[in-house]
Amino acid sequence: MQGECPAGGTHQMNTPVIQIQDLNVGFSMRQGRVDVLHGISFDLHRGKTTCVVGESGSGKSVTARTILNMVPPPGVINGGRILFTPDGEETVDLTAMDPRGKQIRDIRGGRIGMIFQEPMSSLSPVHTIGNQIVEAIRLHRDVSKKDARQMAEEALRQVEIPTPEKALDRYAFEFSGGMRQRAMIAMALSCRPDVLIADEPTTALDVTTQAEILDLMAGLQRDLGMAIMFITHDMGVVAEIADEVVVMEKGHVVEKGDVHRIFDAPGHPYTRQLLGAVKRLEEPAAAKVRPAPDSGDILKVRDLQLHFEKREGFLQRVTDVTKAVDGISFDLRQGEALGIVGESGSGKTTVGRCIARVYDPQGGSVDYNGQDLIRAGKAELRDTRKQIRMIFQDPFASLNPRMTVKQLIAEPLIVNNVASGKALEARVAKLLTEVGLDPGMMERYPHAFSGGQRQRIVVARAIALEPKLVIADEPTSALDVSIRTQVLDLLLRLQAEMGLSFIFISHDMAVIRYFCDRVAVMFKGRIVEIGETEQIITDPQHPYTKALLSSVPISDPTQRGTRQRHRYQEPA
Amino acid sequence: MLLRYILKRILWMVPFLFAVSIVAFLLIQAPPGDYLTTYIAKLGESNEVLDQASIQNLRERFGLDQPLYVQYFKWVANLLQGDFGMSFEWRQPVSDLIWERMGLTVLLSFATLLFTWAVAFPIGVYSAVRKYSIGDYVATTLGFIGLATPNFLLALILMYIGVVHFGSDVGGLFSNEYKNAPWSLAKVGDLMQHLWLPMIVLGTSATASLIRIMRANLLDELNKPYVDTARAKGLSEFWLIMKYPVRVALNPFVSTIGWILPNLVSGAVVTAIVLSLPTAGPLMLQALLAQDMYLAGAFVLLLSSLTVVGMLISDILLVLLDPRVKYD
Repeated sequence: MQGECPAGGTHQMNTPVIQIQDLNVGFSMRQGRVDVLHGISFDLHRGKTTCVVGESGSGKSVTARTILNMVPPPGVINGGRILFTPDGEETVDLTAMDPRGKQIRDIRGGRIGMIFQEPMSSLSPVHTIGNQIVEAIRLHRDVSKKDARQMAEEALRQVEIPTPEKALDRYAFEFSGGMRQRAMIAMALSCRPDVLIADEPTTALDVTTQAEILDLMAGLQRDLGMAIMFITHDMGVVAEIADEVVVMEKGHVVEKGDVHRIFDAPGHPYTRQLLGAVKRLEEPAAAKVRPAPDSGDILKVRDLQLHFEKREGFLQRVTDVTKAVDGISFDLRQGEALGIVGESGSGKTTVGRCIARVYDPQGGSVDYNGQDLIRAGKAELRDTRKQIRMIFQDPFASLNPRMTVKQLIAEPLIVNNVASGKALEARVAKLLTEVGLDPGMMERYPHAFSGGQRQRIVVARAIALEPKLVIADEPTSALDVSIRTQVLDLLLRLQAEMGLSFIFISHDMAVIRYFCDRVAVMFKGRIVEIGETEQIITDPQHPYTKALLSSVPISDPTQRGTRQRHRYQEPA
Repeated sequence: MLLRYILKRILWMVPFLFAVSIVAFLLIQAPPGDYLTTYIAKLGESNEVLDQASIQNLRERFGLDQPLYVQYFKWVANLLQGDFGMSFEWRQPVSDLIWERMGLTVLLSFATLLFTWAVAFPIGVYSAVRKYSIGDYVATTLGFIGLATPNFLLALILMYIGVVHFGSDVGGLFSNEYKNAPWSLAKVGDLMQHLWLPMIVLGTSATASLIRIMRANLLDELNKPYVDTARAKGLSEFWLIMKYPVRVALNPFVSTIGWILPNLVSGAVVTAIVLSLPTAGPLMLQALLAQDMYLAGAFVLLLSSLTVVGMLISDILLVLLDPRVKYD
């Protein structure tokens, strides 16, 4: 294929390394072709980071894959082109290449590297990290296995993986999420590409890990000078790293420009909406109803303990003990929302499950209105479980796909003999209206609903028995940011109307700030700090809380670099 | 590490096989009566009547008058010395009867296993990668026909075709002149000529189900993010599919060895009778019917051992294939 060079050799350094021009991608469906990208255009520049922002379904990921000519079937490129101008070489049209041909394969991984969202599943589970990086190097560089291994080790050192020579022979499942994402970056950068495409690389990570990965990428960009296309739905991340911003909605680029311009004077209503959703989460909700000052405690947790034991060998001796919950105590007042915040592995989810008695704690007491839940028998639990309900993170996984919405919501009512027949149907309809869904949709199956709507169904199911206490485990993490505030507002309204108490588990400080009266910060199975949310956020006392707060991205590009980030090191 | 694992697994086999021997012994004893009652009934059919004294005599000679646990311990004690006891019906040591048959059975099973994999693997991969293509539909259709056709029917059809159209002798594993001849190169060659038919007959349904398993496994893996990662590295489509998703999809494939081995021995009785194969199946059936306890017991025990060995092989392969499987 003959390339073309519209700008001529001397101006080549000014030519964007990637030019996406009127790109159109359609999916052939049974009912005809459905376009998912409608003639989008934007450029990527050397040494610059371009953030592509949008919510799920906006076409960000498809755009990223189309640059590498990897449109997932049944998608086809049916218009426009993507021009690639590497240093000192001619411009080529990536979309015109054979998607299985040698030419595009040389560019993939060699000139344009890509990293993906899920560090868990983006590395092969059955090959060593070294094997996968060496493979990437040897595909594009004519070097011996030994030299390639040396280069792979160097690549791992560059992404700050400790003892890289040992890491080469480890498997992905032996690494934490952050380490895996580092290994992915090392692999993508092992051949010194001109462009790095990162598809939500930090979405699945903790804020502290996210902050580290963002710093790492910024540093590597300074050293290697590549163009980065960074896909995200998080405006905070955009403010932290972007030079240019491209806002996408439903397959259209609705706005693009310099990051400061976008944040200062957003032109398109959708951009304003995205920014607004982030800004709203930077302060407590206006509609918040504080618990009455004279309200009593609904829950008293004292010295809660749960250890997971690893048993090995013929005699099943205990070889290792993980203290998932290591002596937790707190009180929850009637009508209060208590946030539990911490990184993954801090034990925050386990605390919630101990209180709901999904797990059986080994020690301590949970006093619920005078009744100790830990020592409660089956019959008592049956009773309290009507009053204590849980909401889980993933609205896609927590609804049985083979049950209709009506069956799903009615289930707790039927199980507890609350209502049947016409009364049941009326009850379900009322619940749906309460969570803002049309009761006419009750015969549909969960797949017909969006993520936010599904979470509303989950909420409806949770409040069906008119509980007193709701334990919400990351209820908004799987949702887009604009949907997030809607669901939070719904919970706030229900809290006010029904006098609900909440235990709200999250890793997201912004969500906690918006929703919770008080917050407990957890680290390695213990509460390191607990107090009024505003006080903890504005004046944290414990060094871990400070470290956690320092990692939260600031959604203001002018504030970039003003904050010293650090990871909390436990005193020995 | 791996060696320790294998050693440990082999050691575990000892108590397991001991348990199996008890179950096997009890199973053989489970039907009412014993070999003698069957024998007497048979004699009765031809109007011969044994007097009480000679029945008692026989009972003592066979050791059937002793309590169960004594019989069991005698049996096990002899087993440990490699003595499987006497077959009542054949009046021969059990070991003389079963070793050649077991050998042929294992050979046939192994050949069938290889055939199954050689056919199922490429077709399975093809129909997953080219999902809903014409080739996939053809493979799927043939696969379902293969699954649905009883083995013995296929055996009859193939035999009919063999005899009528090619005029060849297709039954058994040997031609007549070699049947009772001692082992020689020529006999081995003759065996090879006869092996393919039972191999196809016995392998068809397993092949069909393996194709389905491979296709389903691979379809699950093909959309995993790590496949995209490999593609984004610039690997060619063929190699990336072979190296990553196929490798992962192999796990359940390998697990099938465990059940294929015993299945080939016990599940192929009807086919073996139709094809008059000198394998273990028909003899075992006969021994069970006649309550020829030591012969049947030996078969049940060997079958169980074969299952255990099959599981061990598949577990070792799994450990080699998938680092996520823990040694301990």
